[in-house]
Amino acid sequence: MSPQTKSTFKVGKAQLDLLEELTNANGVSGNEIDIREIIRKKVAPYADEIKVDGMGNLLVVKHAKKPNAIKVMLDAHMDEVGFMIVEEDGDGLYEFEQVGGGDERQFVSKPVCVGSQKLPGVIGSKPIHLATDDEMHSVISQQSMRIDLGPAGKGKAKRGDYAAYATKFIRSGDAIFAKALDNRLGCATLIELLRTAPDHIELLTAFTVQEEIGLRGAMVAAYDFYPQLAIAVDSTPAFDFERPDGNENTQYNCKLGGGPAIYIADRGTLSDPRLIRFLTRIAEENKINFQYRQPGGGGTDSGALHVTRGGIPSVSVSVPGRYAHTAVMVARISDWQDTLTLLQNALAAVTPEILSGDRA
Amino acid sequence: MKNLIKKLTETSSPSGYESAIREVIRAEISSLSTNIKVDALGNLIVTMGKKTDKGLRIMIAAHMDEIGVIVSHVEKNGLVRFSNLGTILPQYLVGSRVVFLNGVRGVINQDRPDDLHKIMTQDKHFIDVGAASDKDCPLKIGDVGVFDRGFVELGKRVSAKSLDDRVSCAVMIEVMKTIKNSPHELAFVFSTQEEVQSKGATTAAYEIEPDLAIALDVTPSLDIVGVKMQVDLGKGPAIKVRDVGMLSDPRMVRWMEETAKKNNIAYQLEVLDIGTTDAKVMQISKAGMPTGALSIPCRYVHSPSEVLDMDDVQATVTLLTALLNSPVSLE
Repeated sequence: MSPQTKSTFKVGKAQLDLLEELTNANGVSGNEIDIREIIRKKVAPYADEIKVDGMGNLLVVKHAKKPNAIKVMLDAHMDEVGFMIVEEDGDGLYEFEQVGGGDERQFVSKPVCVGSQKLPGVIGSKPIHLATDDEMHSVISQQSMRIDLGPAGKGKAKRGDYAAYATKFIRSGDAIFAKALDNRLGCATLIELLRTAPDHIELLTAFTVQEEIGLRGAMVAAYDFYPQLAIAVDSTPAFDFERPDGNENTQYNCKLGGGPAIYIADRGTLSDPRLIRFLTRIAEENKINFQYRQPGGGGTDSGALHVTRGGIPSVSVSVPGRYAHTAVMVARISDWQDTLTLLQNALAAVTPEILSGDRA
Repeated sequence: MKNLIKKLTETSSPSGYESAIREVIRAEISSLSTNIKVDALGNLIVTMGKKTDKGLRIMIAAHMDEIGVIVSHVEKNGLVRFSNLGTILPQYLVGSRVVFLNGVRGVINQDRPDDLHKIMTQDKHFIDVGAASDKDCPLKIGDVGVFDRGFVELGKRVSAKSLDDRVSCAVMIEVMKTIKNSPHELAFVFSTQEEVQSKGATTAAYEIEPDLAIALDVTPSLDIVGVKMQVDLGKGPAIKVRDVGMLSDPRMVRWMEETAKKNNIAYQLEVLDIGTTDAKVMQISKAGMPTGALSIPCRYVHSPSEVLDMDDVQATVTLLTALLNSPVSLE
């Protein structure tokens, strides 16, 4: 392919409205139906094939306009961390369990939305006035909290009902405050890339289920598509604060404002070096702001994608976000825009030749 | 064989970055087969022979990756923070040297300890490459390296980094060179990314779809974690009965024991309660298959100076050759 002219993706009102709609909707792992229905409507005008598989993944294909096109899979998980109702204690107070790896330290006093009836509630516990010295210095256990639906919620929720944070989307300048940016940012990214897909690739997009509880949707989606390469698009935590002791912060994972975070290594995947080089080249040639996510723990759907069947060269690209797996995350519009720009330019430039040599 | 082990262990190839060792191995075996493939995850798959009436398709896997380090941050003062590729044990870090794939060398040390008698976690360690600031540091996020340690002979024993599992690669190469008239189709896999949960063997087994599988790896010797059923150096290859990830097919264990006895090869039985091997993922690939493993006893596994006995290595070659040269009857 000849060198591309950089196309800059502009995040405008349409994209922010899309992200607002996706983050305000609820889709705790195993209960992604609302998110799936929103996405299905959004992608319908651009898709050649749409199907929902046995696990609930939404698989959307946009065919190449040329024969023998490279098969590229993009993956973004639809699900978010949340809760499940276990037992009513009476008077609209409910015991609950976590779904996915939530941050127990911040459960208390968060508004939630319960069940298909979308019952309003709040997670409650002992108030500070009554807390003992010990309790003041320890994490309140989830077992001692209740989801409080008030008297109107008495008998309304039942065992197995899902609950999600009720946080609503706010934009302030370049910042976005919302729940479930992990990973509605990825979903919105894939929708936009379907809209703008180039003609020379067979674009296979998977909006997957149950990532937060073990990459379960991605396994079967990748088996079905079995592409030549795969990119998981996700949101990754940024902990880019100054350290209180004045020492250099050496474990920030990634930084807000640093652009898309390209994964090299995490707990589940050693990204294909050919794809890291390719994305790096696209970013550098087009002067797109990007960063490498610090190698270390964590993981994305790539962990399932790359070991599917005979193996799939895989990499992840994430939009940085602070306060992951809590009731509200913070991300930057500029980082999302740079992520869209990187991936759009990468799709425009991708050819089978980038995988022609053996893996490093 | 010592020369081969020296060559293999002095090659730097951590998990996910196996190209250097793959080329060294490819040069050793390229004349032995016309069917040599590298798959998407970088596995080197060498197929020999045809499946006869009395034969099976057998997958034999030895992993060619080794544990390593990966740069996670360069401090303003030029010190390099790192994450691990595979299981790095913090007690082996201070004073170790590392070499990166771009040739840069460094030494590992640690932050000021609160308690001199406590081993600090890996994130409290750094690599000093001689840089005075981040500006003149020759490393960046994502650069990978391995322990920098040459091969030495210790009597009839040898010491090197990455004997786990380059010694099994050497065993496999020797077997490939000596085996004749096997009734089986033999798929020898020099697998990648074993140290990060056997990723390579997962996809290789899927593609090969063997009837039977054998993993070759090292197993920790010495009573380092209070394991009662330890194996000893010099008492022969260990036939794996179980480890944390796999229960060997009992028929495979019996077949291996019978073959060892018939050929007068001393062997030990292995019951391991830390770690696992490629056998774990091969056993449950597709519809599953009888799976077993041969382990070479090795001291100080995952340290920069692993130690093993050459008699065990030679006996493993003899046993594996005997296993693969005859029809298999599992009872």
